[in-house]
Amino acid sequence: MERTVRIGSTHGLHARPAKLFTQAVVASGSGVTIAKGDGAPVNAASILAVIAQGIDHGDEVTLVVDGGDEAAVLDELVELLGTDHDG
Amino acid sequence: MKEIQGTGIGQGVAVGPVVRMADRLPEPVDRPSHLDAEREEERARASLAVVADDLQRRGARAGGAAKDVLEAQAMMAEDPTLVEDIAKRLAQGKTAERAVFEAFASFREMLSAMGGYLGERAADLDDVSQRVVAHLLKLPAPGVPDPGHPFVLVARDLAPADTATLDLDRVLGLVTIDGGPTSHTAILAREKSIVAVVGAAGAAELADGDSVIVDAERDLVVADPTIVQVGEARERIAERTRAATAPVTPGRLADGTPVPLLANLGSAAAAAEAIALGAEGVGLFRTEFLFLDADRAPGITEQQAQYEKLLAAFPGRKVVVRVLDAGADKPLSFLNDAAEENPALGLRGIRALRRTEAILREQLTALAAADAVTNADLQVMAPMIATVEETRYFTALANELGVKTAGVMIEVPSAALLAERVLGACDFASIGTNDLTQYTMAADRLLGTVANLQDPWHPAVLQLIAEVGRAGRATGKPVGICGEAAADPLLAVVLVGLGATSLSMSPSALADVRASLARYGPDDAHAIARAALAAEGAAEAKQAARAVAESAITARPPAP
Repeated sequence: MERTVRIGSTHGLHARPAKLFTQAVVASGSGVTIAKGDGAPVNAASILAVIAQGIDHGDEVTLVVDGGDEAAVLDELVELLGTDHDG
Repeated sequence: MKEIQGTGIGQGVAVGPVVRMADRLPEPVDRPSHLDAEREEERARASLAVVADDLQRRGARAGGAAKDVLEAQAMMAEDPTLVEDIAKRLAQGKTAERAVFEAFASFREMLSAMGGYLGERAADLDDVSQRVVAHLLKLPAPGVPDPGHPFVLVARDLAPADTATLDLDRVLGLVTIDGGPTSHTAILAREKSIVAVVGAAGAAELADGDSVIVDAERDLVVADPTIVQVGEARERIAERTRAATAPVTPGRLADGTPVPLLANLGSAAAAAEAIALGAEGVGLFRTEFLFLDADRAPGITEQQAQYEKLLAAFPGRKVVVRVLDAGADKPLSFLNDAAEENPALGLRGIRALRRTEAILREQLTALAAADAVTNADLQVMAPMIATVEETRYFTALANELGVKTAGVMIEVPSAALLAERVLGACDFASIGTNDLTQYTMAADRLLGTVANLQDPWHPAVLQLIAEVGRAGRATGKPVGICGEAAADPLLAVVLVGLGATSLSMSPSALADVRASLARYGPDDAHAIARAALAAEGAAEAKQAARAVAESAITARPPAP
């Protein structure tokens, strides 16, 4: 199951927002990948891989969730990415 | 009992047991492992887990912003992409130490190549890498140790990040073996009011658990002190606590002669704290922060908003803003990106601005516009002025663009030597003692090996300051001090004796300097300054000044 979302955090998906996102992915127990724009998907449970994407405020990313309660996990992660954690 | 000489930062005293900071680990040697890859991977995973756990626990204890940083570091330690990378390297027969080191280094390189925000994470990765490698080698973790009780930290030198995040409830005092009074460690220690003695070479012999007194006022570390010495130190600590809580008054000498005490600020956000600590205005507002993260100069409106925020915090007060001071240790691509062999002697300060006059014009325009809608007494000065001609150039341009009061920084000996002619061409001068010392002594302020020459107490430096003071009196124009020298309570008295009319410093130094000035009258200040000027070197000047200062106080009948 996959969905595309726009990043809400002012500083993009770095530092604290990246940490919160990766923590949520690990806690979900599902396999999750994240891809910036048309880029290749990376393991969303890897904070280094996520940070290295250089995802900025307003960028579009695509999440793919595999396993577990896919719909609920996707809802939670999409909401997390749409929120401004630096505000 | 043994006394170790160093350079004290501020006036503080601390007593406690030594904990030494572990040195940075050498790079693990790239040799084939004598274990198989699975066994090495077990070792690596175990150490990564221990480090992640430790960082997690430190984060929980630290709380606030530090918690997020440490939790993110903990996640880096157990990052699945990193672990994969390590496994790949182990499969090639490397040791766990080497594989961990290489994997972190490759991620580090990727992050720092991305620059900016991500580049900063590279340092966090380094720290995690060092911790994991240390655990694999069964060595103590690098970085500031946490023995679980208050201690005196002894380090070769401290990274700025380490100094900035020192837990002041635990770290009673700081002793560095390298580093001088103008090193970044010293500047940060002063800013955070950490009791510190820097450049104490003899401290290399101190071991964990040794009892020491860190006596910044007397530039000493006392190893294995007597009970009497410890008692005396504790009494001085109590006395300083009482002084710090005393009501904040304007700066003045014992007879009431005003010496305005101003703050050195690097951003408008720091204004509130400076005012709370008794700053009577701003003697140096550095504008580099507006430019350093940008690969282009910020626009006029963007700058104006920042200046307005600053000026609004000081209605009716003097606020001295220094225009962009780039070059040497803080290069900016849009100003000067040519590699220079001696950047401290190159195209920096006013020289660089003049070459790129549009940037200077925009900054002055933004400052004048901010001034027009606020009530502070805005004064603007140019850095690195070497000639009267440069002074004329700057004041004419500043006035043309609407800046009413324009002055210069005296940092180059040539400007100090011709101070009267320089002051004739502008409204005021402010002496930057850090650079003036560097240029007078021909000693790079960023170089630890010549730190012993980097001392504003040197009579050669004092003589140049005296020349500027004399020129100030002759022309009736103000001469301020805005270098770290003004934050040294006894040197502050000397500077006033040499003719400084205001002193600007890190806000944390205000209380000590205020208390020190109030002890001496103008005649005392002149006598103390004369004694320092007549000395042979920096240490002798300080000693002579201290002797005259002590006799001035004992000779005077106690205040009613």
